[in-house]
Amino acid sequence: MSEQLALLPGYLTAHLQLTLFALLVGTVVSIPAGVLVARVRWLDQPVLGTAGVIQTIPSLALLAVMVPALAALGFRSIGFLPAFIGLVLYSVLPILRNTVTGLAGIDPALIEAAQGVGMTPAQRLRRVELPLALPVILAGVRTSTVLTVGVATLSTPVGAPSLGNYIFSGLQTRNLTAVLVGCVAAAVLALCLDGLVRALGTAILHRRRGWTAAVLAVLGALYAYTGASFVQELRGRDGGRVVVGAKTFTEQYILSQILAGHIRDVTGAATEVVSSLGSTVAFDALRADEIDVYVDYSGTIWATIMRRDTVATDRDAILDEVRRFLKERHGIELVGALGFENAYALAMRRQAAERVGIRRIGDLTAHAPRLVIGGDYEFFGRPEWKAVQDTYRLVFGAQRTMDASLMYQVAASGEVDVISAFSTDGRIAAFDLLVLEDDQGAIPPYDAVILAGPRLVRERPDVVAALRQLTSTIDADRMRRMNLAVDQEGASTAAVAETFLHDVREERLGR
Amino acid sequence: MIETIGLTKRYGSAAAVDDLSLHVSEGELLVLLGGSGSGKTTTLKMVNRLIEPSAGRVTIDGQDVGILAAHELRRRIGYVFQRIGLFPHMTVAENVGVTLTLLGWGATRIRRRVDELLELVELSPDLIRTRRPAELSGGQQQRVGVARALASSPRVMLLDEPFGALDPLTRDRLQQSFLKIRRELGLTAIFVTHDMVEALLVGDRIAVLNEGRLVQVGPPRALLLAPADDYVRQLMDTPMRQARVVDTLLEGRQL
Repeated sequence: MSEQLALLPGYLTAHLQLTLFALLVGTVVSIPAGVLVARVRWLDQPVLGTAGVIQTIPSLALLAVMVPALAALGFRSIGFLPAFIGLVLYSVLPILRNTVTGLAGIDPALIEAAQGVGMTPAQRLRRVELPLALPVILAGVRTSTVLTVGVATLSTPVGAPSLGNYIFSGLQTRNLTAVLVGCVAAAVLALCLDGLVRALGTAILHRRRGWTAAVLAVLGALYAYTGASFVQELRGRDGGRVVVGAKTFTEQYILSQILAGHIRDVTGAATEVVSSLGSTVAFDALRADEIDVYVDYSGTIWATIMRRDTVATDRDAILDEVRRFLKERHGIELVGALGFENAYALAMRRQAAERVGIRRIGDLTAHAPRLVIGGDYEFFGRPEWKAVQDTYRLVFGAQRTMDASLMYQVAASGEVDVISAFSTDGRIAAFDLLVLEDDQGAIPPYDAVILAGPRLVRERPDVVAALRQLTSTIDADRMRRMNLAVDQEGASTAAVAETFLHDVREERLGR
Repeated sequence: MIETIGLTKRYGSAAAVDDLSLHVSEGELLVLLGGSGSGKTTTLKMVNRLIEPSAGRVTIDGQDVGILAAHELRRRIGYVFQRIGLFPHMTVAENVGVTLTLLGWGATRIRRRVDELLELVELSPDLIRTRRPAELSGGQQQRVGVARALASSPRVMLLDEPFGALDPLTRDRLQQSFLKIRRELGLTAIFVTHDMVEALLVGDRIAVLNEGRLVQVGPPRALLLAPADDYVRQLMDTPMRQARVVDTLLEGRQL
């Protein structure tokens, strides 16, 4: 718990930066746009329609789409910017719609009176229309505030730290304390900001100057604090810091800590870990030099980046081809293979498997129509699945898609019969699952490989050399034990990584 | 002082006001009388350009009202209408002083003028200054409305059925105080109503409109004695018949 709370100031500040500035820009854009729409009636449908469509895009997808979109435009594509733009887009609709509604709801007699006493259109807007629409507009700002605080937790997978880091990493590493801290902090933050906007509205409507000034001072202080910390981060960003990326699962969290720790040990360079990146986000970020190094898997590059739909099974051949492709096409160096594979593997409850005598995937063919298979979000869309189906002529009774972190438990409890497990996951052993042998070699190899980005390769050969030392240092068994330590035994990823680094140091000194 | 020359307003092919020429002298109160759809309100709103005419023009002191920017013109013309239109988010004092604020007066000067105006419309400044319109009765609200229209000491007042929504007793009291104020200030006014009795009580002259056209214009007595057509005769007959009924009742009681 205290370990989690120690992270709170950092995540909270980052979350506030995103939320406050997205809301500010959202409000500054939406209110004038609302006024314009209320004045120019034919804009009503196109503008509100567009904002409505944006709102219906699932928030996670909206933020994720920002990454390739920004990269295509040549901007920094991970971190603050994509999350910020996504949040601004998301915050617009409630404020815009309420501004239009609020202005449209004003009694026409008051408009006529405002004209009758000699107000210009601008005076009418400022002195009559906006004050009268204010309660409705503020209700929109409050809706946006709560919405934005919530959606900002989804900034984590696009590389912007937020309270979502608690939730994403907590779910993956089965650390419910972290998930709880993240959720409670986000909820409390939403209530506080909502309360502030509400207090501001009440103070303005009842013309309590003192109150208005006090609330504005609090808001101003929040903006000043988050603004200052943002500027500080921007300044601290350069200066030879090596940025290590991690995708959204336990193994990646551990490996990113190991890479970062090893770089620090050997070269003395400062490091930063950006964790919980979406799978393709991580690769895009590396290509664009927004992260310098991360661990990916040869089969993943083969299937999703090189888009090969044939399944090759020769480990070395694939490694060579991936290495050549990355170098030529993207300037990325495949530094080395860590020494283990984390492949897709079909797994089922040992007891159930033994009862009907299943050991190999081939044994499933006859039973499959009566069985349910569970897989992560990607699995059923990947070429490996097609290859497995074709090779073994598998037709399952039903297939369920679920979060990777839940699969093992669900398999153990018998809610699904077979899952697309990851071969290094410690929970295979923990839940007493049996990995079925791929006797006909349908699943390609997934060697864990260290990838270094173009800038790192060019400018920091010392770091690349240090990373190369990690080649063949982690076998499948070791990786599985480290994963299990985090997932089942509640160790922190940092502690597990530190134990490993300690061994590496010993070995280096010994040599 | 106020003159409309061939004033016309068309909506599509239908004319709401058709070739209307009228003259209002300095210090005179002209009533525009007619049923709904007769074009009386449209005519009034073309004077302060809440509605722009399709043809013809309006002059005040011989000057075309189109010369000034619409908002500047309106600051010089008092405007009172049936729906009152007090701003609910402003206090009574802010409502009354709003035109003065727009004209750039200083706060102290506005406060003095507002108190003066509230007394003029027979409201007690100390009791009412800081109240919101919603806390006032209908009659009080319209008194504030009149005070607001008078704020910049306009020489011209436009009133669009100003007392139409009030109960008969309140209406009578407001009519009386309005007539008193008008005489004191020597205002030139156009007063729109569909109420024949009100027209007879407040008007120096009455212009009867029907379907956007001027039917007859003249002092109340002339209209009563020599109505130009059946429409005017019917209009005049109604209050006369009512008066006769009241008379008969009174006589019956005396007997």
